[in-house]
Amino acid sequence: MNLLLAITVGFLYAAGIYMLLRRSFVKLILGLALLGHATNLLIFTIGGVERAAPPLIPYGEKVLSGDYANPLPQALVLTAIVIGLATSAFAIVLMRRAYVLVGTDDVDELVTTDK
Amino acid sequence: MIVVLPILTPLITALIGLIAWGNSRIQRLASVVGSAVGVVIAVILLLTVQENGIQVLYVGNWVAPFGITLVADLFSAIMVTITAFMGLMVAIYALVDIDKDLEVVGYHSLYQFLLVGVTGSFLTGDLFNLFVWFEIMLLSSFVMLTLMGKRAQIEGAVKYVIMNMLSSVIFLASIGLLYGVTGTVNMADLANRVSSAADQRLSLIISLAMLFTVAFGMKAAIFPLFSWLPASYHTPPTAITTIFGALLTKVGVYALIRVYTLIFNTPEIFNYAQIILLLAAGLTMVIGVFGAVAQYGFRRLLSFHIVSQIGYLIMGLAIFTVASLAGTIFYLVHVILAKSALFLVSGIVYRLTGTYDLKKLGGFYHNNMALSMLFFIPAIALAGIPPLSGFWAKFAIIKAGLEAGNYWIIGTGLFVSVFTLYSMIKIWTYAFMRKRPDAYQAPLNTIPASEARLLWIPTVVIGLATILMGIFAGPLFELSTAAAEQLMNTEMYITAVLGGTQ
Repeated sequence: MNLLLAITVGFLYAAGIYMLLRRSFVKLILGLALLGHATNLLIFTIGGVERAAPPLIPYGEKVLSGDYANPLPQALVLTAIVIGLATSAFAIVLMRRAYVLVGTDDVDELVTTDK
Repeated sequence: MIVVLPILTPLITALIGLIAWGNSRIQRLASVVGSAVGVVIAVILLLTVQENGIQVLYVGNWVAPFGITLVADLFSAIMVTITAFMGLMVAIYALVDIDKDLEVVGYHSLYQFLLVGVTGSFLTGDLFNLFVWFEIMLLSSFVMLTLMGKRAQIEGAVKYVIMNMLSSVIFLASIGLLYGVTGTVNMADLANRVSSAADQRLSLIISLAMLFTVAFGMKAAIFPLFSWLPASYHTPPTAITTIFGALLTKVGVYALIRVYTLIFNTPEIFNYAQIILLLAAGLTMVIGVFGAVAQYGFRRLLSFHIVSQIGYLIMGLAIFTVASLAGTIFYLVHVILAKSALFLVSGIVYRLTGTYDLKKLGGFYHNNMALSMLFFIPAIALAGIPPLSGFWAKFAIIKAGLEAGNYWIIGTGLFVSVFTLYSMIKIWTYAFMRKRPDAYQAPLNTIPASEARLLWIPTVVIGLATILMGIFAGPLFELSTAAAEQLMNTEMYITAVLGGTQ
């Protein structure tokens, strides 16, 4: 399972970086989304994927005992997904606006601020 | 309790602004009053930390390392104080500088959310929480940059947004990997565990340190990751450029200083990182200043200068002694003040003439002496002429570098400061000393007295602050040296945070 996830993460990173290196706005957004997914999956994988009991402390005890699943990576990934949603939504609107104003989806045409 | 108040104040102010949606009178009042309260609270925090040592707050009463921790050491408190001060000054300036149609779409609330993000980044003691504050800061800055929606702003924003989103992804991935190696995201806990993990997995830890350097370096605009900054910072209204230039890149520098002094502060890791940081610092200084010299746009020139000054800050970090870090902290405050004063002056020049183009400007020395002085003082402070703040800041870092034997980086720093002076003289000659070219002769716009007051007050106060920093350099240096000692003596931070659980 870990190997499969690791390969998926690597593949997502490769695809994301390839997309980022293209010149189109749409591919830029897709690339960033793929990188975000790759990172979320990376955190999930690195936290350890295993079948185990939920991390609940039994009644009357003070600490967890035995095998239990680590809840922290999921909490981190959940936060990152929510933030990723907001930034992606903004980026998509921005790219559309840029497309309307510049009249092209070629990143190389964005040179008016450099003059 | 005092630790969370600097974050809560702008947050409440922002919410008031949202509740009073459409009522710009209340929003304007709330923005200024809220920022003023923020300054008072920040000063109280600074005095408390100075008196009683590092302040720690366990959010929700979950003790470290299990919950989120807010930590205010002297360095954080100094940064929070300068943030609050700049927040108030730019809030006043923005009352005039920001058009009515931007106020209607919630400019003042966005501005306060930006301050929430910046202050939170300075105060958090948890690496993942730092990422969240970064995102709050970035999202507000994205919207502020694009508020006007003109072509230049949108084009600048595309570059700004893409680079910053990429750096966030790298930052998040590094947090994930570091968590995988150490099993914690609490900075104090990380400090303990990284040094023990470094014994067995040195190369992995070094790679992680480099990943953090890239992520924060992109936000701090160090070479070769700075290209988004001069492409975007000169596009929005001056008030927004000023607060961006004052705070956003400095948060990146703060994060670099924090991770290197606290988490990666073992000789094996730092010896490796030092070469890379020194190289990056030198190239950032040189490329930034050469970029600045070539510019003819008032704000574009200053934007390249931000990059160059970041090089000095990274140089101070890379030398890595108590003296050099003390110099870096002093330099941080100095550069925030001096650079903001220059940006505010550029805004007033724009109001008077309707252009930022140096080729079309001129003659202010003869028809507006006060404005010329307001430019001149921060400009030579930035170049490092004694007895102004920039001289002491550069002197401290250079002295520390000579003591540590880093001669070539010191040489680079001195070489660059000549060009800093040259580029300041360039603005001075073009916009102030010479006569305005005949082709562009036009009567200056008049600014109504009520508006002029709001533009001049913050500009004069910040200009005075650069002079006062030079005069009171002694006591301020004692403060920054104490802050640097806290940074290098990680045991104090670790005990303050984890003391209860060990």
